[in-house]
Amino acid sequence: MAAGFKTVEPLEYYRRFLKENCRPDGRELGEFRTTTVNIGSISTADGSALVKLGNTTVICGVKAEFAAPSTDAPDKGYVVPNVDLPPLCSSRFRSGPPGEEAQVASQFIADVIENSQIIQKEDLCISPGKLVWVLYCDLICLDYDGNILDACTFALLAALKNVQLPEVTINEETALAEVNLKKKSYLNIRTHPVATSFAVFDDTLLIVDPTGEEEHLATGTLTIVMDEEGKLCCLHKPETGTSFSFF
Amino acid sequence: MEEETHTDAKIRAENGTGSSPRGPGRSLRHFACEQNLLSRPDGSASFLQGDTSVLAGVYGPAEVKVSKEIFNKATLEVILRPKIGLPGVAEKSRERLIRNTCEAVVLGTLHPRTSITVVPQVVSDAGSLLACCLNAACMALVDAGVPMRALFCGVACALDSDGTLVLDPTSKQEKEARAVLTFALDSVERKLLMSSTKGLYSDTELQQYLAAAQAASRHVFRFYRESLQRRYSKS
Repeated sequence: MAAGFKTVEPLEYYRRFLKENCRPDGRELGEFRTTTVNIGSISTADGSALVKLGNTTVICGVKAEFAAPSTDAPDKGYVVPNVDLPPLCSSRFRSGPPGEEAQVASQFIADVIENSQIIQKEDLCISPGKLVWVLYCDLICLDYDGNILDACTFALLAALKNVQLPEVTINEETALAEVNLKKKSYLNIRTHPVATSFAVFDDTLLIVDPTGEEEHLATGTLTIVMDEEGKLCCLHKPETGTSFSFF
Repeated sequence: MEEETHTDAKIRAENGTGSSPRGPGRSLRHFACEQNLLSRPDGSASFLQGDTSVLAGVYGPAEVKVSKEIFNKATLEVILRPKIGLPGVAEKSRERLIRNTCEAVVLGTLHPRTSITVVPQVVSDAGSLLACCLNAACMALVDAGVPMRALFCGVACALDSDGTLVLDPTSKQEKEARAVLTFALDSVERKLLMSSTKGLYSDTELQQYLAAAQAASRHVFRFYRESLQRRYSKS
């Protein structure tokens, strides 16, 4: 009977739970889903991490390659994130070029990397003006059940902590790079940004870590990224719905 | 039968919040707005903030593709064209932000199964681009006669390295700033519709900037009102 009511009036069904300050899956309004992290599962990648936030699953693989730096920043490397939402994760995504949601998520991750300064781009420099590292971070969602941005941020951070770069020396005579695979070192991760997403219901209630259904029913969503010092790196309030007074 | 209205305003923002020293950066740049300048779109507006200029066109309510149709409200689409090059991922992200701001104010339920398309074209970028796009989009929606429950405006602020707040930053100020925040505020209660930030800041600073942006938005809304009054009083 409850299932029937849920299909016909999903928002009303949801409101009944919110009145009791809980949600259909038994969580409190401020409770996150069970989080699992698995580091280093992809052996062919230089760093990888799999994050599960409840059912939402995102895997991040980082590959490091050589690149020539740009002339206006000769000692800076590159970190290139890409979020892929394949048809595997949810029926709403079709195969083909990245849709809007994937592009927005990619831009969001790029902003988080840029704003929070997880990695100092100068650390990725091998030889100024000639050779730098470029870290391609590919985030693939395997199961979409809401709160993709938090999962992606977490997976990215975990994968970057797992990355090991080999030592590279430039041979002066041949001007070629020599890679020493036996000597590897971890990246210097300066800050640990954490993303928290909220869904807004009826302009008054804020619930943490929304599932796919909750995101769909909510009037708006909000994502805040903070680092350890309590500094905000990103305040992403893109979703539609009515405005609400902040704080 | 084209009416063109051109209104200018030089606006100085007042502020009563915080205790940081008020520098010349506390004022908004020179504004100008021109409406109904394109013949094909249902509504168009060009908004200038200092040297930043955005031209927005609005088509709608118009026919919508069946795949994009929403049964009980209008489908809002935003296509942001940069000044040079092809639109990329950053434009997609900004389109999403503008679209969600518009969706929050446009009364889409009055025109179900239709599409409303907003096309901002960047003419020149000298800082505060997203805020200028939002303002141009709002003026264009008004010009097109799309029913809205409130107007909205975009206000950008930058926080430079010594902690002073600069409203409506130029591109040089944005580059040197520690953080750049853009807010979209509605006209009824000055509530926050959208925010997009870049850089590091603390939450008390966020509250200050939001209050400063809310104070500045009063001037932008007054400018809208004057601009529209001048336009409609002629006819």
